[in-house]
Amino acid sequence: MTIRADLYLDDAVTRIEGPLVFVRRRVEVGLNEAVEVIGSDGRVRLGRVAALDESFMTIETLESTSGLSMAGTRIRLIGAPITFALGPGILGRVFDGVGRVTDGGPPVAALVKAPIDGAIINPLRRAKPEDFIETGISAIDLLDSLVRGQKLPIFSGGGLPHNRLAVEIALHARLRSRNEASFAIVFAGIGVPYDQAEAFRHALEEGGALGHTALFLNLASDSSAQRLLTPRFALTAAEYLAYQEGRHVLVIITDMTNYCEALREVSASHGEIPSRKGYPGYMYSDLATLYERAGRIHGRPGSVTQIPILTMPADDITHPIPDLTGYITEGQITLDRKLDRAGIHPPIGVLPSLSRLMKDGIGAGFTHPDHPALANQLYAAYARTMGVRLLAGVVGAEGLTPTDRLFLEFGQSFESRFLAQPDGPRTLEQSMELGWSLLTLLPESELSRLSDEQIHHHLRKPTGAV
Amino acid sequence: MNQAVIRWISGPVLRAVTHDPFCIHESVQVGARGLLGEVIRMQGDEITIQLFEDGTGLRPGDPVAGQGMPLSVRLGPGLLGHIFDGLLRSLGGEGRDFLQPGLCVTPTERFHMTPLAEPGRILKGGDPFAMVRPVGREGVEQLCLIPPDQAGEVVEILPGGDYGEEEIVCRLQDGQGLIVEIALSHPWPVRRPRPVERRLPVGPPLLTGQRVLDSLFPVARGGKAMVPGGFGTGKTVLLETIAKWCDADVIVYLGCGERGNEMAGVLDEFPRLEDPRTGRPLMERMVVIANTSNMPVAAREASVYTGITVAEYFRDQGLKVALMADSTSRWAEALREVSGRLGELPGEAGYPAYLSTRLAEFYERAARVITLSGKNGSLTVMGAVSPPSSDFSEPVTIQTKRYVRNFWALDRKRAQARFYPAIDPITSYSEDAETLAAWWSQEGAPDWARQRRRFLTLLEEQTRLERMARILGKDALPPGQRLTLLCAELVNDGFLRQSAFSVKDRHASPRKQIRMMGLLIRFMDRAEGAVAAGVAVERIVALPVLRRLQRMGEEIADDELERFDGLEAMLEADFGALSAGGEQGA
Repeated sequence: MTIRADLYLDDAVTRIEGPLVFVRRRVEVGLNEAVEVIGSDGRVRLGRVAALDESFMTIETLESTSGLSMAGTRIRLIGAPITFALGPGILGRVFDGVGRVTDGGPPVAALVKAPIDGAIINPLRRAKPEDFIETGISAIDLLDSLVRGQKLPIFSGGGLPHNRLAVEIALHARLRSRNEASFAIVFAGIGVPYDQAEAFRHALEEGGALGHTALFLNLASDSSAQRLLTPRFALTAAEYLAYQEGRHVLVIITDMTNYCEALREVSASHGEIPSRKGYPGYMYSDLATLYERAGRIHGRPGSVTQIPILTMPADDITHPIPDLTGYITEGQITLDRKLDRAGIHPPIGVLPSLSRLMKDGIGAGFTHPDHPALANQLYAAYARTMGVRLLAGVVGAEGLTPTDRLFLEFGQSFESRFLAQPDGPRTLEQSMELGWSLLTLLPESELSRLSDEQIHHHLRKPTGAV
Repeated sequence: MNQAVIRWISGPVLRAVTHDPFCIHESVQVGARGLLGEVIRMQGDEITIQLFEDGTGLRPGDPVAGQGMPLSVRLGPGLLGHIFDGLLRSLGGEGRDFLQPGLCVTPTERFHMTPLAEPGRILKGGDPFAMVRPVGREGVEQLCLIPPDQAGEVVEILPGGDYGEEEIVCRLQDGQGLIVEIALSHPWPVRRPRPVERRLPVGPPLLTGQRVLDSLFPVARGGKAMVPGGFGTGKTVLLETIAKWCDADVIVYLGCGERGNEMAGVLDEFPRLEDPRTGRPLMERMVVIANTSNMPVAAREASVYTGITVAEYFRDQGLKVALMADSTSRWAEALREVSGRLGELPGEAGYPAYLSTRLAEFYERAARVITLSGKNGSLTVMGAVSPPSSDFSEPVTIQTKRYVRNFWALDRKRAQARFYPAIDPITSYSEDAETLAAWWSQEGAPDWARQRRRFLTLLEEQTRLERMARILGKDALPPGQRLTLLCAELVNDGFLRQSAFSVKDRHASPRKQIRMMGLLIRFMDRAEGAVAAGVAVERIVALPVLRRLQRMGEEIADDELERFDGLEAMLEADFGALSAGGEQGA
């Protein structure tokens, strides 16, 4: 007998400990199935079956257990893993962290019910991400290009303008070749303060993007167990939009640091052995189940591109959160506090930034044949500048060789003319032109990453003309 | 078949009651979907099982069926050119955009067999009995082997023709008079090393086409190397590049807990790449094992054994095999996670105390051998290590270092300057280099060992001088030391840096490497001579040949080595003019 739909268990709770509720079991139930724990206060708390034996089960509630009592608590068995009911109406709507409509409108008409843990994309069926996305930001387009289906996090710090950057990317991102009609944004706010969530919503509205955005907001005041579900609901919605409706979905998740803190909190409440800095040993695997949900699939028109944002505790890139994220994602855009203080926006710290999939989306046939060499040379020159600055810091500019002094000048222009974008977004052509003009500041003998033809073609023309 | 019934389940670990004689490490199928698992502990009538797949929906009372053998994989001709999950189940098949637990596609591919034995022949374990090639697609010829633990007299072998992998094509009668059935493929337990006749000393070099490796930190066939590096330092690109260009017969590429999109990149690129030696697509001699980071953790633990067992199988055919494992840290983390679930006492950084033993067992399976059938085979292992926070003093790096002979450390500073491969010449080492000098001598570089030493000393000197320059300023250094810095820069830029994406530069033959090394040594000699004779370093910096030397890797391809003669002439002429000019100036 396996009739399990809408079964209730009454007076079966034997123990409540943190988020765990131990229940005497009289019906068949499977691992990881969803349950609703309904307190005598009438509040419904989502949970799932974490462990089972012949007569008991352990339920992990995903919301606060406060207010539950042993008597009078009802358990409703759903008979399936946690799912999210999705339909075309989700765009333009606002949800809470567990997929309930919170904008006062009617519920979303459901077309499909998708399990929130998603399914593992078969690596064999993945299409290689190679569609260059122009974000309008020189440092990203030219030096760390974003491609469709990539997961490229922003490593930021408290007080840095990562949200502003994310909105700018969301509003300007476009393919260079085709006009994109079916574009969608999924925004997941994890543990964000109310005003930040509101500011984001407002910015999207200003930019006219709210109509094709689905917002999932887990506010700072919501329960931390719920934070673990928010990105899962958001990504389930993104996958629906991408693979069922064929849209190109940009998922912005902020702030992954809050997610990891919640993971640590929940792990501790389960009594698990902690790993580095108290975070659970499975944090890598857990983060991977989120980040790996970016991608494209052969034969399906849509794509999921992720820009998770995380604030590095104490700006420390070796902290487990950015460290594990960096090992999973395909590169990172790092924001730099010094540049921010110097008033440069966007304050992208170029050297620690990287886009692994860049090589597949740039160069001949994608952007410009000389794009890779130019990016390479700018990187090499800027890295050299940093070395020279270090040297200059000790011996002073007078102790430098004339070539080294040129590098100092190059670095100065690179930051104030190339990184800073006071006039808003630039096309890739504009960014490239700017890049070439910066390289004219350096002697040709220092440009070992460029071929003679590239030097001749891009760097000598203007001087020859004058 | 052993049977049991689930009693308790939590996450990927379950306990079941049984009265049947299960064995430790026996492979089991759980529930209606037949999820794969492994017995890891026994007590009384209870067995503890670790699931390799997501157990959502399992419940107490569900059946557990024992397979009667430890976790095994099927080794046969259907491996080459395909992609598998960590338990060697094919990822192919129509309409499988997403992976569902328990589903398994049975291979349908057929092979054209040519028998190599006839009735009456005595075959022992590891002997080839047939030659096969795939039907209906291009593919290399392969040997089919008698399983290492079987032997006997051939009583029947089917005639040449097309057969499936699991069809019985041969019958042997063993010593006891029992009939043994042999198919084109056979199962082998992954945690048990495949036996060999005997092991040989390592050598000659496994050529990777990467200058910094072949010329400075070479690895020998049958050797083992580790590639530690923080995120973004280019571990994956380096291993992929080696997979593309190394001179192994078969490549086993093991993506262990890594990115799905990277696997997609490999699958997109490798079939289109041509094997520089045969002109055939590279994918034909490759096996890809993809256990991406979002796949269940226990299967990740098993996947490294799967990978090395597959590699050993090809070694047993008398082939040169290279295994790239990316990344072994993810495997160690899987060990830690499973160990934590079992409530074992944690050792350093939470890793189980047996981490070191497991690493040793894995790397010891790399070897150059005489196979059971008397052939020469080798298995070279290269493992990436992803140290948290790029801290090379963490347990996985330290323990791995104890068992490998070659250490290719990746350097974040180099990677940030987009200097690839970002192998740090100061901290890296190769214990195989000494043995391999003889090989380079034969190839026409009798001075190889001395030249290599000179490069390494030069690079070491550079670090020291740069530290000094930071205090004194570069201008304060004497000309000799400024020249050292210039030469070190040139070795870095002109020799160590190699673009994986430039058609001319991505692969350098040993001859090209010898020529480049020779030219740089010549430059250093001439420049030192000139500076000693009073020529200013600035004038050497201004020599036109310098830029040509910096870019010679990208400008001169493997098949136009004669152009190095021109470059050499230019070098001599430039220095000649320099000394002539110097005299005029004086």
